[in-house]
Amino acid sequence: MSIKTTIPVISKEAAHFQVVPGEVPVLNIRNLNVRSKNAQILKNINLVVPKNKITVLLGPSGCGKTTLLKCMNRLTDLYSELKLDGSIEIDGEDILSGKYDITQIRQKMGLVMQRPFPLPMSIYDNIAYGLKIKGIRKKSIISEKVEKHLREVALWDEVKDRLKTSAQRLSIGQQQRLCLARGLAVEPEIILADEPTSALDPISSRVIEEEFLKLKADYTIILVTHILRQAKRLADFVVFMYYGEIVEYGPASEIFENPKTDILKEYLRVGH
Amino acid sequence: MTLRRKLEEKFFRVLTALVALLVVFVLAHILYTIISKGASSLSWEILSQEPKGGFYMGGGGGIVNAIAGSFYLAIGASILAFIVSLPVALFINIYLIRYRRLLIGVRFFLDVLWGIPSIVYGAFAFTIMIFFGLRNSLGAGIVTVGALIAPIMIRAMDEVLKTIPIGLQEASYSLGSTKTETAYKIFFKQALPGFATAVLLAFGRGIGDAASVLFTAGYTDHVPRNLSDPTATLPLSIFFQLGSPIEEVQNRAYAAAIVLTFIVLCISITARVLYRKK
Ligand SMILES: Nc1ncnc2c1ncn2[C@@H]1O[C@H](COP(=O)(O)OP(=O)(O)OP(=O)(O)O)[C@@H](O)[C@H]1O
Ligand SMILES: [Mg+2]
Repeated sequence: MSIKTTIPVISKEAAHFQVVPGEVPVLNIRNLNVRSKNAQILKNINLVVPKNKITVLLGPSGCGKTTLLKCMNRLTDLYSELKLDGSIEIDGEDILSGKYDITQIRQKMGLVMQRPFPLPMSIYDNIAYGLKIKGIRKKSIISEKVEKHLREVALWDEVKDRLKTSAQRLSIGQQQRLCLARGLAVEPEIILADEPTSALDPISSRVIEEEFLKLKADYTIILVTHILRQAKRLADFVVFMYYGEIVEYGPASEIFENPKTDILKEYLRVGH
Repeated sequence: MTLRRKLEEKFFRVLTALVALLVVFVLAHILYTIISKGASSLSWEILSQEPKGGFYMGGGGGIVNAIAGSFYLAIGASILAFIVSLPVALFINIYLIRYRRLLIGVRFFLDVLWGIPSIVYGAFAFTIMIFFGLRNSLGAGIVTVGALIAPIMIRAMDEVLKTIPIGLQEASYSLGSTKTETAYKIFFKQALPGFATAVLLAFGRGIGDAASVLFTAGYTDHVPRNLSDPTATLPLSIFFQLGSPIEEVQNRAYAAAIVLTFIVLCISITARVLYRKK
């Protein structure tokens, strides 16, 4: 495989984060450090994310999962107190270098945030917004996509009669699905989903899970979840983080059946 | 301990009630004074006619010159201030948000501008007008009052924009919006009800101000026809009539005060209601 040779080995510790043979890497994070004024939030992160797979980020609350996702589409720019170094390469471009058009990077890396924030407009326009920004103007195409993506997240039937009403009036669970649909509508290469089912009932959660499994065919997905069972159902690869570090990384089966560190063993035992 | 806390609670409740009562009393007293002195002079004539010859000596006519003038001036100034304030307030909250120290500086600077007495704005504008050889005019008044109320509007908008959660900003950016799109498509929409309040607050401040228009807008007995005409305003109309020794004219000043107070009260109440609805 030629792919293996295109990824240089960074360091000895990082070696086991290198791409698994047979997988195509889309995202390559090297020596990423994130510091705030009085703490180091991410410590020397090295990670290669394989294409068309679901990579699940696991780890206790506050270990830096959300921060890692925010780095990937440079939302960290909004926080002047955060200092980044290292590199995050997508399609061979280092998005941290500041050379590239940030809005395009963000459209490649669709982030669905931990807490839903509907835009201050109608349900319809929430989905149409991203499409219009991408330059899609034709009404028929927009309507079609709005319906398609609302169906994908199992929201269509609930809102089809009130598409023109304010999205901020929806329930939190509905908002969460809307925000997922909104993120999908932009058709990113990589979907960064931060606990996308945290406010959902078991049935809606399952629908979203099924959707992710389908989306895998066209997208690369990085998913944060606190639900171990969900991780087991969805993950192809698992990253286990602890206090800002990647402690273990590997194929799901290996991580779940054969954890190496005590802390991950404990996490899996308690979380069961 | 519980007794102390109970007493404490009671003390502060009584104190709050007393202060509230005092405020209401002062307002009621002002209203009572102007209404008791001015109500008898309020008539359709006074609201609808320009002053006739000898108006300020007790002759016939009304104060429509001042009512219309005040509205033209305050509306013009509010529009002008809005055009300036909107981009500034958005700029502060979108672009400067990363630069904490600069942000604090800019807000402080605006608060200082807010605190400058309006006569200073008036005098400053007047020196500029002299330099360029300009006459008193509606246009000059609009620019001066606009400058006076812009800092108020900017800070009021800024306060509204500050309440927008960072998550909404993140949501907008993560869809690939530019900063401009985030400002004008997301922030603007989210803050719109609050902006209405900001504009009304500034309008209320503008319409009631006498000192800034004294040298700039001038005074005339006619409703202005265009921006280069001088214009009367309600505060100055009150000022000139109150200066008269004739009681009838003084009472008309109170009638004008009723009109002005009524306008300002209506605007404050609308602003409040809009703010609540948000
Ligand atoms: N802008 C910031 N400034 C300072 N510290 C921050 C900032 N953002 C995050 N942190 C800190 O970084 C750490 C990681 O936060 P992060 O939100 O990434 O955790 P998380 O793994 O997503 O947790 P959770 O599972 O609870 O969502 C936390 O200790 C947090 O306080
Ligand atoms: Mg998080």
